[in-house]
Amino acid sequence: MAAAAQAPAPAPDVRPHRTRTRTRTRAPRWRTALRYAALVTVLLIMIGPFLWQLSTSFKGTTEDIYTSPPRLLPAHPTFANYGDVADTIPVWDFILNSVKVAVANVATNVIGAAMAGYALARLRFRGRKTAGLVFVLALLVPMEATMLAQFATMRSLELNNTLIAVVLPGCIGAMNVLLMRNAFGALPYEIEEAAVVDGANVWQRFTRIALPAVKGTLAVVAIFSFMGAWDDFLWPLIVLSDSDHFTLTVGLNFLHGTFSNDQRIVAAGTIIAVAPLIVMFACLQRFFFRGVGEGAVKG
Amino acid sequence: MSASPSTVAVQGAASRPRAVAPGRRAGRAAGRTHRAFSPWLFLAPGLLITLAFNLYPFLATVWKSFTDARTLTPGTFVGLDNFTALLDDDQFWVALRNSALYVVLVVPCLVFLPLLLALLVQRHIPGIAFFRSAYYTPVVASVVVVALMWVWMLDDRGFINGVLRMVGVDPVPFLSNQWLLLLSSMALTVWKGLGYYMIIYLAALANVPRELHEAAEVDGAGPIRRFVSITMPSVRSTMVLVGALSSVSAFKVFTEVFMIAGPTGGPGGADTTLVMLIQRAGTGLQGRTGYASAMSIVLFLLTLVLMLLVLRADRKDKD
Repeated sequence: MAAAAQAPAPAPDVRPHRTRTRTRTRAPRWRTALRYAALVTVLLIMIGPFLWQLSTSFKGTTEDIYTSPPRLLPAHPTFANYGDVADTIPVWDFILNSVKVAVANVATNVIGAAMAGYALARLRFRGRKTAGLVFVLALLVPMEATMLAQFATMRSLELNNTLIAVVLPGCIGAMNVLLMRNAFGALPYEIEEAAVVDGANVWQRFTRIALPAVKGTLAVVAIFSFMGAWDDFLWPLIVLSDSDHFTLTVGLNFLHGTFSNDQRIVAAGTIIAVAPLIVMFACLQRFFFRGVGEGAVKG
Repeated sequence: MSASPSTVAVQGAASRPRAVAPGRRAGRAAGRTHRAFSPWLFLAPGLLITLAFNLYPFLATVWKSFTDARTLTPGTFVGLDNFTALLDDDQFWVALRNSALYVVLVVPCLVFLPLLLALLVQRHIPGIAFFRSAYYTPVVASVVVVALMWVWMLDDRGFINGVLRMVGVDPVPFLSNQWLLLLSSMALTVWKGLGYYMIIYLAALANVPRELHEAAEVDGAGPIRRFVSITMPSVRSTMVLVGALSSVSAFKVFTEVFMIAGPTGGPGGADTTLVMLIQRAGTGLQGRTGYASAMSIVLFLLTLVLMLLVLRADRKDKD
């Protein structure tokens, strides 16, 4: 059944292959060299600042970090700055808070958006159009325009200054619901008809047949939810007042404000914040790029 | 479909209600209640969250914008007072100017540069997966983190000025001049957005038929000619989408400017953006919720108008 969904794929696959071999024989060597030169130049622009930050984080207190020309490698590499981050701010608590928020955000978004998207795409009921419209309207309202009212809502729910308040507003994003609706909508109806015939109920069809068929889009929703929660700054800044509950981004801003005089510690702090995400992304990137492509072709 | 005759009959009964015998009516009615009920169970979490934390706060914002509410007091109805007060607020006009500058300068960069990047990484040559993910790294990182990196790069004694000093150029005051601060924030926004839009373009480019390029090449069209006459028209609707997404997010910019120009928005608040103004006016114990809500409504209308304009331009293109 899944093969049916991807039936048109093999045909376009043949063409690039043939073209590739042809261009390889035709494209002059200097053009390939030029392409790689351009690729490397852009690479330096995109990851250069990360490398410079990494280098600074390893430079010792005796080393001048303001030299001209800038010294790219630390003269006496040290891990001391990383220890100092933990001494100046409770960085592990901040990380734990961010992990809690991000994991909760992934779980609620994946489950909630998949369920709502499935209902919108595959179930027939009165009010389906209205329900779909609610999510489209939600997409039109920027969070920045409603954050003060959200803050007031949280206050009346007595949730201010809690991690729950950080998670709640974005825990089932309208965009994710619509993404899932598109993914489910692109599945052929035959795959569920067979299950209906076998007497499967809606829930069984959803969990056993439809969900496994949209893994790519689910992965995209999961990754974007994680990144969104991990990277968010404005809403946690507004809703959190007590440093015990700070997420990492809010905590880093604090580090920046208090210790901007020691750039080495700030650098180490940012590397601690960004390294897990880069590692996670490097591990998932294959899955991610495939999922994004899938979603775009289907959408 | 390899179903046995008996199951086909059952399915036929379910999908063709007219043919159902009277005796089956009760069962069908039960099925209908079940069918009418379960979709709402699936939708309930998503709908409740969206209504409670998205559409209700929006309606509350509309209402509050007509009141003199403060953080701790609900306020009374004051009509359009907040909106007329906005017209006399210099800070508001500064913020509006900065946000408009942001759209005008950042959006063209984010429409064209990622397309060029996508073309650069489109071909499957050895190592391309590495380059694609590396270009995506700034998207993965938090704005706070990358802003801290940029502040360090742009420091008077930082990397960029270090290199400039090496070639004999006086230090450039990236972090103290009002205009350079805004330009630095914009550069950061562009740099961070490149990878994100590159992926959108990559997906669009995968759908451009290769024959078009081959035919044009046979006809003697050079790479620039092929870009203008084949690539651009084929990804035009994607360019419009990227334009819409990036202009809306340019109007909502907060963190970059907050981090680079500081919480008060640079010298004398000259680099404040609309969202920074909302955050500053509306939070804290003395927060002017009603006034900040009026600004929120302006922000909403501006993003809405931008989206409608861009979508209309797209429709005209297609006609």
